[in-house]
Amino acid sequence: MIYTNKYMVINGEKVPFADEKNILDVVRKAGIELPTFCYYSELSVYGACRMCIVEDSQGNVIASCSTPPVHKMEIRTNTPILNKHRKTILRMLLASHCRECTTCSKSGNCKLQTIAKRFGIDEVRFDKTEKAFKDEYPIDDSSMAISRNPNKCILCGDCVRMCSESQNVGAIDFAFRGYEMMVCPAFNKPISETECVSCGQCAAVCPTGAITIKNDVPAVWDAIYNKKKRVVAQVAPAVRVGLGELFGFQNSENVMPLIIAALRKLGFDEVYDTSFTADLTVIEETNEFLNKLERGEKLPLFTSCCPAWVRYVENKHPELMPQVSTCKSPQQMFGSLVKSYMKDKYQDDDRETFVVSIMPCTAKKMEARREEFITDGFYDVDAVISTEGLADMITEAGIVFKELEPEAHDLPFGMFSGGGLIFGTTGGVTEAVIRKVIQDKTHTSIDNIKFSGVRGMEGIKEFEFPINEEGDAIRIAVVNGLGNAERLIQRINSGDVEYHFVEVMACPGGCVGGAGQPFGLADKKKRRTESLYASDKQTNLRHSDENPFIPPLYEGLLKDRVHELLHVHYK
Amino acid sequence: MKIAIGQGSCGIASGSKKIEEAFRRHVAENNLQAEVTITGCIGSCYLEPIVDIYQDGGQMVRYVHMTEDKVDKVVRQHLMGHEPVEEYRISKSGTDFLEKQTRIALKNCGLINPEDIRDYIKVGGYKALKKAIFEMDGKTICQEVEKSGLRGRGGGGFPTGKKWGLVAAQTDPIKYVVCNADEGDPGAFMDRSVMEGDPHKMLEGMIIAGIAIGAQIGYIYVRAEYPLAVKRLKKAISQAEEWGFLGKNILGSKFSFEIRINLGAGAFVCGEGSALTASIEGNRGMPRVKPPRTVEQGLFGKPTILNNVETFSHIPFIIANGAQIYRGIGIDKSPGTKAFALTGNVNKTGLVEVPMGTSLREVIFDIGGGIKNNKAFKAVQIGGPSGGCLTEKYLDLSLDFDSLSKVGAMVGSGGLVVMDEETCMVSIAKFFMDFTEQESCGKCVPCREGTHLMNEILDDIVNGRGTKEQIDMLMELADTITTTSLCGLGKTAALPVMSTIREFQDEYYAHVVEKRCPTGKCKGLKRIEIIVGKCKGCGLCLDACPVNAISGKRRQPHVIDKSSCTKCKLCIDSCKFDAIVEI
Repeated sequence: MIYTNKYMVINGEKVPFADEKNILDVVRKAGIELPTFCYYSELSVYGACRMCIVEDSQGNVIASCSTPPVHKMEIRTNTPILNKHRKTILRMLLASHCRECTTCSKSGNCKLQTIAKRFGIDEVRFDKTEKAFKDEYPIDDSSMAISRNPNKCILCGDCVRMCSESQNVGAIDFAFRGYEMMVCPAFNKPISETECVSCGQCAAVCPTGAITIKNDVPAVWDAIYNKKKRVVAQVAPAVRVGLGELFGFQNSENVMPLIIAALRKLGFDEVYDTSFTADLTVIEETNEFLNKLERGEKLPLFTSCCPAWVRYVENKHPELMPQVSTCKSPQQMFGSLVKSYMKDKYQDDDRETFVVSIMPCTAKKMEARREEFITDGFYDVDAVISTEGLADMITEAGIVFKELEPEAHDLPFGMFSGGGLIFGTTGGVTEAVIRKVIQDKTHTSIDNIKFSGVRGMEGIKEFEFPINEEGDAIRIAVVNGLGNAERLIQRINSGDVEYHFVEVMACPGGCVGGAGQPFGLADKKKRRTESLYASDKQTNLRHSDENPFIPPLYEGLLKDRVHELLHVHYK
Repeated sequence: MKIAIGQGSCGIASGSKKIEEAFRRHVAENNLQAEVTITGCIGSCYLEPIVDIYQDGGQMVRYVHMTEDKVDKVVRQHLMGHEPVEEYRISKSGTDFLEKQTRIALKNCGLINPEDIRDYIKVGGYKALKKAIFEMDGKTICQEVEKSGLRGRGGGGFPTGKKWGLVAAQTDPIKYVVCNADEGDPGAFMDRSVMEGDPHKMLEGMIIAGIAIGAQIGYIYVRAEYPLAVKRLKKAISQAEEWGFLGKNILGSKFSFEIRINLGAGAFVCGEGSALTASIEGNRGMPRVKPPRTVEQGLFGKPTILNNVETFSHIPFIIANGAQIYRGIGIDKSPGTKAFALTGNVNKTGLVEVPMGTSLREVIFDIGGGIKNNKAFKAVQIGGPSGGCLTEKYLDLSLDFDSLSKVGAMVGSGGLVVMDEETCMVSIAKFFMDFTEQESCGKCVPCREGTHLMNEILDDIVNGRGTKEQIDMLMELADTITTTSLCGLGKTAALPVMSTIREFQDEYYAHVVEKRCPTGKCKGLKRIEIIVGKCKGCGLCLDACPVNAISGKRRQPHVIDKSSCTKCKLCIDSCKFDAIVEI
């Protein structure tokens, strides 16, 4: 922390502050959790919920989110006046809010419910029952990723700012005025007909059940209960460092061995890892990149692992599509590969293979339903559930997660290198590609890549990496958050910068910050990332070429089918 | 001879276009040596259509309530016969309305032709601009305005010179001058009158503001519901450009300034500074949190002066005559004049500009001529939906920023709605709450949800469903809305309800406890009853009732079932014995 002489007096105690933009951040730093609905340190200040009010020494009531701290300023956070106003505001919100908590998917995880409980609101003072039980607005289920229920919206605007500020998508905004105000796409079209990229970040920040992630868990249960299905799971890298948080692992530990045990207990027939196809992606994408580089084709090559990013390019920069890697995402490579593999392997078995992806992501739900990923009338990936969805299944089945005995993956698709594993965080794809490109593959050399500038949670990272001893270097940019991607594209288009290779992940922080993960701010995403890097360091295979199950695959199943199974041309 | 026909929106609405045509026709037909011209609103809206005839000697004769028939007589007797038509002339009471005023912003309204820049120049227009350009600089202008003590006429009463100084001190090379002409208070129309009657004055004020802070562009945010104001502003801007008062190198100096017009789409909240600038930028008109303030980051994120039409209209006077003379008008803490729009149950409605510190009594009784139809004064709503209502005990209160805010009211934009003894204060509160609920942008919770809940409770009360507890609820909601809302609209939204509950608690209680509206104005509280002694049990009402709400045996008094009665009153019409009444 920067040394500072400045302090505020909060509830009689001196609290130093430095560059905090508002009183709210100082108060929270002092360990007081002021209630808010519309404040996220990562988004602009909106100042609409008025719950973060504090009282100054003159008795003025001020919104702490939008007032800068002043040296020696005295404030109180818990006074009779503040308490009264906070309660009245909550009662106003509750007057017309849907009261079907028991059947709301957000119940137990709803900010409105939590804060109302915290303030002991146990009666509906301003009764607008007729509104509370009437679904005035239709539910928009048109998206594969999210569901919008405007009846549960408290108009905090978090989703609107997330979609426009962080993601530069702007699929939703406020419409109408006053009590009629609502959040909806332009002209109240179904969200699927907008430029929504299905990143799900709106749902991640929604304090209530107004925007929720589509729940595909029932389809998975159906498949598990169906004796005619061979249910195969692929678990994405970021899931293992997120799921534990929901079961008491507060440091975002890698709980993959427990996840495997849980999946088997749930009834999955085979448990694999998306990191395997991440390794394949590294190999294919590196080859594609080196070919393009050698042939002098238009660069940069943009990564294609993130389906929200691909959709973003299709919507806003179709001219860049030829520069997006033709590699399928690891999820879709897994789907087509494993389904073909199973067909060959179990020729006499009449069970159908049902591929379930467990993803930190909501865009993967959309990706799995793209027409490009249908083979012989069947989806390559049959169902996609989120990290939280898997937690729900574990809880529903009564499995005590923390007490499970660690188990290992099935083979061959459960084998992976550290390169495939770090796909779960921003910069991971790039680092894995560099590991493949460099000639010196000693442990030390691979470890030293982390000093190149590829790691870290910054929105845009730019660096050069030498690829041979002659001094040739490739210029790389690593981006997370679509708003940052847009800024980079603008700079590339204006000729200010040139790159050979650009990695883009739509969600802030990369997949560890995906909308399917338990909600967390920057610090949590950072912990998950550190946990992934620690696991990478513990693997004995550091780069994707080392994955022993990959060469036989190229000799066998992939022979003459590389393009069909591992690449895609988006329509 | 010159014939000037009042053609503000009020004049046109009362038919002055036809009067103008009639005069033109007569002048042409009779080959008279007379110029027919137009002018803005003089302020005595209740006397429109107004026609002023300037005789060659310079003397002016004012005719009021003109009709086409009256034009015939005026032409024959006055224009041709040089004998004014006494019975059409403005009365003593009419001239009193104007003579008791002190006018700065409205000085030229109704006297000059707003569509002809020469008229403005003739009365000293653009002299202040010349002085500002050639004898002053940004710093001395800001100082002069600060010395004058002028406070923003849009509602808040922030010292204008101080605001300008804050903007001038910003280092950003790009700055803006924005004029708030989004006058949205129900019953307020002084800004419209200035724009329609004397548009150059506010332009001059804006250009001087541009010099003061070093801005090159000014915006006028004017509501689209003011088409005539927009037309005259556009005309005024192009004339000012032709004459070199606007555009590149104004009057040959190095200073350049242009003025653009932006039309508002009718949202009341766009009168709030940050919502207004958001709207000009093409965004949703929603207030944002402050800081940064508009003076630091206003329009397009640049330092911005934001004042309303009336404020800018005071600037030429201050610059031309000096701060000292301006300070001589009004009172120490609130110098200068303020225009009020006087409406409601008052004899003379219209625009009144008086020195700050004038009492309510002088405005309503001396200038406004007292209450209509000799009824008793009950209250006056000041400051529109953001203001409070003041009762008889405040009649001698000085009209200025500080005195009004002390009693829970505000100058606001200057609407004065006068109410007589037959006005139901609960309904008035409901009217204003209805307005703010509809005009809330919906951003912050207390204003969006709170105004809606208050309005629903008031709806219950005026319809006989109210309870005593609901009055407590109103105060509870009002307290939180007032204290915690994000912007000025929300912070003041509950004032009409709070002040009416404070001043007229008995009236509220009559509504909720006795289920009775003391003024009889609340339809929802009226009921139809059969007077037992008078009813003969003839059965006519029973047959007339369309919803079968009346029952009773023949020759015995009938009764009305209140729950099914729709108050259509068909029964009253049918009764031959006056036995059914509405109470």
